[in-house]
Amino acid sequence: MQSFSRLYQTLDQTTSTNAKVAAMAQYFDEADARDAAWAAYFLSGRRLKRLIGAATLREWLKASCDLPEWLIDDTYASVGDLAETIALLIARPGNAGEEHSLANWVEQQILPLREQEHELQQRTVCSWWQTQNYEQCYIINKLLTGALRVGVSQILLARAVAEQANLPRELILHRLMGEWTPDVSFWQQLVSADTGESVPSRPYPFCLASPLEAEADTLGDVREWIAEWKWDGIRAQLIRRQGQTYCWSRGEELIGPRFPEIEAAAAGLPDGTVLDGEILPWNENGVMPFAQLQRRIGRKTVGKKLLTEVPCIFLGYDMMESQTNDIRSQSFEQRYAQLQQTVNTLDNEAIRLSTVLSAASWQELAEQRQQSRDRQVEGLMLKHVSSKYETGRKRGLWWKWKVEPYTVDAVMLYAQAGHGKRANLYTDYTFGVWQGDKLVPIAKAYSGLDNKEIAELDKWIRKHTLEKFGPVRSVEMQQVFELAFEGINISTRHKSGIAVRFPRIARWRRDLGPKDADTLDQVKALVQINDVADIADTQVSKSTGNSTS
Amino acid sequence: MIDVQNDSDKADLIRATSTGLVCDAGQFVIDPWKSTHTALITHAHADHARPVAQVYYASESSVPLLKQRLGEDKDIRGVPFGHVVSFGQTNVSFHPAGHILGSSQIRVAHDVDVWVFTGDFKRDHDPSCEAFELVPCNTFITEATFALPVYRWQPGSVVAEEIWQWWQSMQSAQRPAVLFAYSLGKAQRVLSELTAYTDKPVYLHGAVEKLTGIYREAGINMLPTIPIDLKDKSVDYKGQLIIAPPGASGSAWMKRFPKASTGFCSGWMRIRGNRRRRGYERGFVLSDHADWPGLIDTIEQTGATRILTTHGQSSTLVRLLRERGFDAQELETRYSADDSLTEETESDSTLNSSLDSGQATS
Repeated sequence: MQSFSRLYQTLDQTTSTNAKVAAMAQYFDEADARDAAWAAYFLSGRRLKRLIGAATLREWLKASCDLPEWLIDDTYASVGDLAETIALLIARPGNAGEEHSLANWVEQQILPLREQEHELQQRTVCSWWQTQNYEQCYIINKLLTGALRVGVSQILLARAVAEQANLPRELILHRLMGEWTPDVSFWQQLVSADTGESVPSRPYPFCLASPLEAEADTLGDVREWIAEWKWDGIRAQLIRRQGQTYCWSRGEELIGPRFPEIEAAAAGLPDGTVLDGEILPWNENGVMPFAQLQRRIGRKTVGKKLLTEVPCIFLGYDMMESQTNDIRSQSFEQRYAQLQQTVNTLDNEAIRLSTVLSAASWQELAEQRQQSRDRQVEGLMLKHVSSKYETGRKRGLWWKWKVEPYTVDAVMLYAQAGHGKRANLYTDYTFGVWQGDKLVPIAKAYSGLDNKEIAELDKWIRKHTLEKFGPVRSVEMQQVFELAFEGINISTRHKSGIAVRFPRIARWRRDLGPKDADTLDQVKALVQINDVADIADTQVSKSTGNSTS
Repeated sequence: MIDVQNDSDKADLIRATSTGLVCDAGQFVIDPWKSTHTALITHAHADHARPVAQVYYASESSVPLLKQRLGEDKDIRGVPFGHVVSFGQTNVSFHPAGHILGSSQIRVAHDVDVWVFTGDFKRDHDPSCEAFELVPCNTFITEATFALPVYRWQPGSVVAEEIWQWWQSMQSAQRPAVLFAYSLGKAQRVLSELTAYTDKPVYLHGAVEKLTGIYREAGINMLPTIPIDLKDKSVDYKGQLIIAPPGASGSAWMKRFPKASTGFCSGWMRIRGNRRRRGYERGFVLSDHADWPGLIDTIEQTGATRILTTHGQSSTLVRLLRERGFDAQELETRYSADDSLTEETESDSTLNSSLDSGQATS
């Protein structure tokens, strides 16, 4: 595994995409097919099903070093990464260990752990810790916990494979999609010449939109653009090929079995059909809150009761394959016409068509966008009429034009150190608003500050800590932040009675003192929540729209 | 943490007060941060050597560094290592701490009561400064910057070889290699260690250049260096090693080194997240502080029964020492803290960072 370990180091140590691609291409050039297949598997973000839980690894760590348990806990809290903590505490420089290839490590050493008794597992893993060097110890731990993150996108990986195999990048990207077994035959197929082969289940890479930051009218003639509502569900790709249905999420997970009503409807689609769309919870009154969809996502198989309570639909946005032909290079207009015809012919409520909004001017479209909150959508999607179905995010042709988020001013109450890149730095914050003379927590937020602000706040937090509860610190209630979020749910699980969706920090309000923060009533008033609410996790149906002043 | 106002602490030979580490019996203050008459200075880093005293005593080899830092006109008196000087009812001597050139532990003896303050120290070999000397005592006041068991250092020569390999790879890639290292101590240690691998010259940021000159005058063997001339646009830095203080990272100064690969030399680089979030391509784990085994071993070897900790992971170290039967306590000082990643401070803006004590400071 030395060569894979070196590749990991190189990828970890450079921010240059060219250098990353070059390092991967070199690895693939030198590795045998079996190793290359596993490397591609991990580099593409795929992971082994978790073999050993983090809690178990911590127990073994405590058993294998001569330190008090609290000290190991303190150390882990400071490092912020368990695999790294173990490698730092146990691996010794100069350890060489037994050398196996990457494929050998995975297939002969790591995967067989699954069949072993707990005690044997512990002995095996601990002996690896003692004998491997730091880098390999770290990678092995990451493979065990199923969380090896390499910092390489699918596209970079595809570039490297394409470069090495001298094939088009798009082809490699497509071949890397979906579910596959990392073995010699997969790798050989991946790098073989284009034979127009097809794997029935293989999805197309999703075409992604960029956030529209400029004014909409800078996009030119409104008639060259098609606007649709931007829904808040699960983006999905629905495939009907060779008498089989495959429904993929954007994370390339097969989610069909969780939505049997959609799979059943898809059986009526003609062979060689691929649709892009959104899975939404939808009853006779229209779309339901995202929290309801979460109930469906959480289960591998769905019972009758849940099916009745939260019926789901597939709302078609686009079409990539029609009558077994890849139509991605046709214009959006042409593709949409085929989508429309396909959905209409199917005539099944579980597969519907996303409606196109008509507007004579940007102004008119902007007015329609203002209805987004009432319609429980996030805003508008804008697609150029001539746009192809691109691979990934190509700026300029697809835009998401979201409505302004809700904002509140809240006081920082607690801080917790982050993980990974943010280990040992206080980056996870809990914020509260006033309820009478008390501050009640309403949201946790992790993002929105730049590195300089994070460093400054980290220093402040350490100086103004009131109490420590394990990794969490309560801080003096002084710092006020403007939080932005997309929605407010009523929640019985939170002390405040509400839960906010997608909270993030919009600004550090150094100009405000804690007394200037908002009250819970003000927050609820944003969406007209009354205190009488008694339904758990139900989104408030009517809102007042944009709350930013 | 010791309550500085508590009368019962008057028996202590050295107390942490709002002025510094005060010795009443000797009428001096060690590494003061507020104005006082007589200061004993452990070393020339800015959080230990502040321009607040009338008279300064320090090891002989740190005098030129202190003059550079505090001002040529200051009354700074050099004392040879091991030489005993009387202050009031106490006998004081300076002993090498192995941290940077001239860095000292200060031994204070009052009758049979012997105290040692380490300042900052390390046990690892360092060709750019005097080697640490173990000084037996009853009460040992120690730094605790890296007091967690994950901090274990490789020898400096091993790290220097990594730096040399990185430099060579940048030579073949035709990119500048910008190495961030504290301008006093770390930079010179690297320049000295690298003589084992090459005799190529290294370019220096202005802040590093002056201090490097003082090291050279003290006879430290280092690679030849060239100060970076900001006005000279003709210099091609491709494949060159450049040493700069961490503060230059991300500043406009960096613009003259397009496509530079960046590295940072610090004990904090032991933790991957520290390197990743600071955006350095390479982290070289090289520290001028004691690592975990260095701290624990030193504490045990001094024979002291009472251990006071100053800056760093104090609470962790104190808890462990208490479990092992030591009389251990945290002292509140203003020496630069662990968490802010200011291993050795270079500017006054970081001086106010307090200890990770969980307490609000006044």
